[in-house]
Amino acid sequence: MAQTLEQPVTTGLTPNPMLPEPHRIQRLRSETDDTFTLEIEPTDGRGRFLFAPGQFNMLYVFGVGEVPISISGYPHGTKPLQHTTRVVGAVTRAMRRLKRGDMIGIRGPFGSQWPMEEATGRDLVIVAGGIGLAPLRPALYHMMAHRESYRRIVLLYGTRTPEDILYRRELERWRGKFDLEIYVTVDRASSGWHGSVGVVTTLISRAPFDPSNALALVCGPEVMMRYAVMGLHKRGVPPERTYVSMERNMKCAIGFCGHCQYGPAFICKDGPVFRFDRIESIFGKEEI
Amino acid sequence: MIHNLEPIIREQPFFQGLEERHIKLVTGCAKNVRFEAGQVIFREGEEADKFYLIREGLVAVEVLVPERGSTAVQTVCEGEMLGWSWLFPPYRWRFQARTRQATRALAFDGKCLRAKCEGDHDLGYELLKRFSRVVTDRLEATRVQLMDLYGTNS
Amino acid sequence: MSAAQLQIGSSVTIESKQLDLLLQALRTQGFDVVGPTVRDGAIVYDHLASINDLPAGWTDEQDGGKYRLKRRADSALFGYAVGPHSWKRFLHPPIQRLWSAKRDGHSFQVISQRPKGVKFAFLGVRACELHAIAIQDKVFLGDRYVDPVYKSRRENIFLVAVNCGQAGGTCFCVSMKTGPKATVGYDIAMTEVVQEGRHFFVMEAGTERGAVLLSGIPHERTNPQDSEKAEGIVAETARHMGRKLDPAGLKELLYRNYEHPRWDNVAARCLTCANCTMVCPTCFCTTVEDVTDLSGEHAERWRKWDSCFTLDFSYLHGGSVRATPKSRYRQWMTHKLGTWIDQFGTSGCVGCGRCITWCPVGIDITEEVRVIRETEPAGGDGPTKKGSS
Repeated sequence: MAQTLEQPVTTGLTPNPMLPEPHRIQRLRSETDDTFTLEIEPTDGRGRFLFAPGQFNMLYVFGVGEVPISISGYPHGTKPLQHTTRVVGAVTRAMRRLKRGDMIGIRGPFGSQWPMEEATGRDLVIVAGGIGLAPLRPALYHMMAHRESYRRIVLLYGTRTPEDILYRRELERWRGKFDLEIYVTVDRASSGWHGSVGVVTTLISRAPFDPSNALALVCGPEVMMRYAVMGLHKRGVPPERTYVSMERNMKCAIGFCGHCQYGPAFICKDGPVFRFDRIESIFGKEEI
Repeated sequence: MIHNLEPIIREQPFFQGLEERHIKLVTGCAKNVRFEAGQVIFREGEEADKFYLIREGLVAVEVLVPERGSTAVQTVCEGEMLGWSWLFPPYRWRFQARTRQATRALAFDGKCLRAKCEGDHDLGYELLKRFSRVVTDRLEATRVQLMDLYGTNS
Repeated sequence: MSAAQLQIGSSVTIESKQLDLLLQALRTQGFDVVGPTVRDGAIVYDHLASINDLPAGWTDEQDGGKYRLKRRADSALFGYAVGPHSWKRFLHPPIQRLWSAKRDGHSFQVISQRPKGVKFAFLGVRACELHAIAIQDKVFLGDRYVDPVYKSRRENIFLVAVNCGQAGGTCFCVSMKTGPKATVGYDIAMTEVVQEGRHFFVMEAGTERGAVLLSGIPHERTNPQDSEKAEGIVAETARHMGRKLDPAGLKELLYRNYEHPRWDNVAARCLTCANCTMVCPTCFCTTVEDVTDLSGEHAERWRKWDSCFTLDFSYLHGGSVRATPKSRYRQWMTHKLGTWIDQFGTSGCVGCGRCITWCPVGIDITEEVRVIRETEPAGGDGPTKKGSS
């Protein structure tokens, strides 16, 4: 257990981190039958919403409530802010019904980021499970925008069924355009699927990267991350070069409400991205 | 023809660490095979008399469900081993294997190998060690697959 | 002697009746004086109009799951330990509106809540409570974000501390090095002395404004005998602590023992009633509630005290991470005595004993620590063997 917790960098904080700022929804795109992406523009003419890959915002639906959702879009330029989420409760259900022109409240960005600095000059293995690809997408965008800074980039992506694959067209584009190796597998095949079948962790042992210098970024359900980290470790990627994104109940996102505590860490401030060795001693422990 | 395969067999990750004399024994039961995309390698219920080491391509392990057709439960690719029903009676395939892509593999004659293992228990132990490893890894992966992690309650 | 200029560190003696002058002086300066008073069979903290509201002649008897008020033989004003209230109810209010918002066509407007300019004077703050306030300062003021509600209330506080004249039945401030003598963080610190024919306070100025306030009321420079008497009372209190806790290596001990069987033992007794978190002076967890009016045009966000003992505190799509009472008790105790240190640099516990007194089944945090320490499996838990450092 780390005795001191690193101070992650934050950028572009909304002026008062406790007040949601209304932003306009430009577009709501359906990704799968229970997952959708919001594209949001800043309302106040600032033009950009700065954030680092891995960070999240608290999204507020007027009168309904607020939920933490990882940012899933471009971290550079003036493209709209994107959030991809599943419908899991009252707030996300209400969010799903929003339309272009409706307003949504944003507080953020909060949290730690994927280690883009540490990744330079290295092979990158990105292991994503289900909606876990969404918080990783900004990191992928960053890497593609600075492709020459990294060596091999391998994306291993697993979903439940082929219908649950996120950003499918984009994945095809990346394959062709950016010298990224992408392997997709599903737990359960449907008749039209001609690709791999099996959990995403099975892709790790044969993925083409050099474990002696690779950095691994892992995001998905906690159980999937557990097996992925085991698989990576078996392959020779140590905990100090493995990063995961954790999730817990969140209310304030600024370290005051106490809900997101994970051992000594506040996931809203010290996470959600953690270097694995820093949480290794409590990761996977029951009911922590 | 058989002796040409020795160097290929020696470099297979599956046989890594196997002694020279065992490599020779194993080679004696091996041959090169090729399949086109969409070809059935073996069917459920047929006599299981071989196992395969995939050299290139992708193979789906399938279960036939009447109203759903053949459903792939797993895929096996380059460097991986396919088929263990030849190890134990009744020596019948429990699944179907069909290629997803053009596939090249090494096929090992089950009867031939079983006989050699009975004759040389050291060979038997070495092979069984390697098979058990694959089976336990697959079992672990299957259990994780069963958990349906990406479902709404994950 | 009143005209002489007092400074930080000056010690004066005032007659007990004159304490009211202090209280009124504070009120005149615009402070809302809050302090101990008897209500509903307990000594709680509430607004005081005069020293007549203080629990004169009362004391308390405390033990695990037990609290009773008893009459004293004398009329001491502060002759008791701490009750179910702590000062956090004034600094970190149990219910607080954070902001309101109203619909504006397709959009909405958020109106931030400007914290009311409340000015509290706390009368009768114990040493352990001073530490508790300092601990909450670290939580709400010390890190990347600052809580505006806490900040505005904290900035204006006038603190009149009282050195405990007797130890409470569940106190262990000596173990936690948080008392019984107030050492930092007060404007004025008083020690009450009741002896044959005399009832007075030895008051020490802790700050400029404390000194100024004391200058304004009739006082005498404390003579050496009275000073010694006061010191003696506090030293005596330190010798009668109701409980003991050894804090050495406590964080590491708890990190090593996530799977200790004692947690099952506590779980069998703990009702997860959350009393301990409500009475604890450092517990700070809250929840937020988003509400609207019937028309749907106005929305508000409210913040309320919450407790890690509730089942849905750790709810995460489909279930709670800490579903069992065992995991929730473990979370609370490990946080209070262990992870708090990694988070904020000090222990979260000040040894006030409230959690022991107000637990309906009398679970004693000091006993739980002792048992775990004494019955730790050799080498500690498996998974954390690689060490917490």
